[in-house]
Amino acid sequence: MNYMERVCPIAANEPIGPGFFDLTVQSADMARAAACGQFVNIRCGAKTLRRPISICEIGEDTLRLVYEVKGEGTAWLSQRKAGENLEILGPLGQGFKLKNAPENAVLIGGGIGTPPMLQTAKALKNPTAILGFRTRNLMILADDFAAACGAVHICTDDGSFGHHGFVTDVLKQKIAEGTCGLILACGPIPMLKNVAAIAEENGIPCQVSLEQRMGCGIGACLTCACKNKNPMYVTGNAHVCKNGPVFNAKEVIWE
Amino acid sequence: MSLLQVTIAGVDFKNPVIAASGAYGFGREYNRLYPIGKLGGVSCKGTTLHTRSGNPAPRIAETPSGILNSVGLENPGVDHVLEFDLPWILKQGTVVISNVAGSTVEETCATVEKFSESKTDMIELNISCPNVKQGGAAFGVCADSAAAVTREVRRVCKKPLIVKLSPNVADIGEIAKAVEAEGADALSLINTLTGMRIDIKTRRPILRNNTGGLSGPAVFPVAVRMVSEVYRQVQIPIIGLGGVASWQDGVEMMLAGASAIQVGTAMFTDPFTPLKIIDGMEEYVREQGLSNISELTGAAKLWE
Repeated sequence: MNYMERVCPIAANEPIGPGFFDLTVQSADMARAAACGQFVNIRCGAKTLRRPISICEIGEDTLRLVYEVKGEGTAWLSQRKAGENLEILGPLGQGFKLKNAPENAVLIGGGIGTPPMLQTAKALKNPTAILGFRTRNLMILADDFAAACGAVHICTDDGSFGHHGFVTDVLKQKIAEGTCGLILACGPIPMLKNVAAIAEENGIPCQVSLEQRMGCGIGACLTCACKNKNPMYVTGNAHVCKNGPVFNAKEVIWE
Repeated sequence: MSLLQVTIAGVDFKNPVIAASGAYGFGREYNRLYPIGKLGGVSCKGTTLHTRSGNPAPRIAETPSGILNSVGLENPGVDHVLEFDLPWILKQGTVVISNVAGSTVEETCATVEKFSESKTDMIELNISCPNVKQGGAAFGVCADSAAAVTREVRRVCKKPLIVKLSPNVADIGEIAKAVEAEGADALSLINTLTGMRIDIKTRRPILRNNTGGLSGPAVFPVAVRMVSEVYRQVQIPIIGLGGVASWQDGVEMMLAGASAIQVGTAMFTDPFTPLKIIDGMEEYVREQGLSNISELTGAAKLWE
């Protein structure tokens, strides 16, 4: 499939929490081509590198992108107003593979890893979501997940909302109850590593969405390397932008 | 002869815009955005004798008007390239330049020998990669070692040979002359400048390799100066690169002394940059009433 570069009008770009923004851009053909777990690469003013942002929700002719302001690029992005245009390359990468997904899939999102799980939830039947945040006021998209999932469990590190503890506590509980046939996760590396270990122990298929600093976004520059066991990667590295961001957890070599 | 056609070391390029090694892989990914045959040439990903996994990530960091990278020559090795990558790109209608690197002279020569037996159009010898501990830039930082590796490679190289120079040196003109004397057919410059960035929260370098190569608009004036300096000291053609991001930059690089240009980092900002440069250059050449773009090469008149 071919990549697309489009000038996309902004429909909305509003804050939804401390440092979090909810951006909707218009592009019918990108929306048509996009799949859950993919990302787009957005040109941010005079910055040399584009900023890769995961796709949160796919509309008929829109993409919803929920992002966190982390540096100058995303700060620039957060200043853009509805009606302005963005140069967007996408949809990029390999998303979650949902063919033959069981009905009792469990989605796990941690912090800013939560947004891509929303479209994934919508693509599944009645999934369970386990979302983790540091604290209550950093919680995002809880209502959206409630609408898209059969059940939503929220965990906070400080106990300010929902379960006091980690997403892996709830995951273990779901597995013990026998209600987890597939795990799909996006979030910080330590969380993903633990989720992958639990999946492995219990023989449950697991896909994880990884993050790495990127250059081209399409697989040419090889900067976003991550070690992978799959022999198809001749150099021992997969590249997050082209081969990922979603990988079979069993093949990821955690560092 | 068309307005933009240039000839370097006997090889005809339909235009002087070449994708720089490392930024463009073997062209497959960019070909999903536009036909890469529109480019004058593609300098392929630096290739070594054996498979290299490169450096650990993070391998890239943004800098004011540029980037640092420390990929470390990740590549599948020459045999894999000859079997899977080269045959494809040779069919795309662009000049194919095989970029070769190595940690030893023997390894470098063995790789060049293999490419010499292939249908690749040219070989670009990378003696300037700052991201590998042995070889790479080690060859390129002094005139003696640069001359020595060029001499050995020249003996086994049956293709037009471009030597890519490092800017991390005291006198790039000396190295250029030494390499020319050993039989290089052309030069390409500059490779990246060694740099470093530190995360002030973690107090750790952003790159896992600590240091990396600086590229992008930040290095452009350095590249223009070095091309201008080398142009006045050698007879062989120069391919200018380093921060070229627009057709104006391309024209400027040619005025400094380049016969063609390469585009690397700007591809990440806008993957269509090379096509925009080609269009802009053509319009400029027409507007200036030139019969061919090569009339620009070295046409900048330096102040006395």
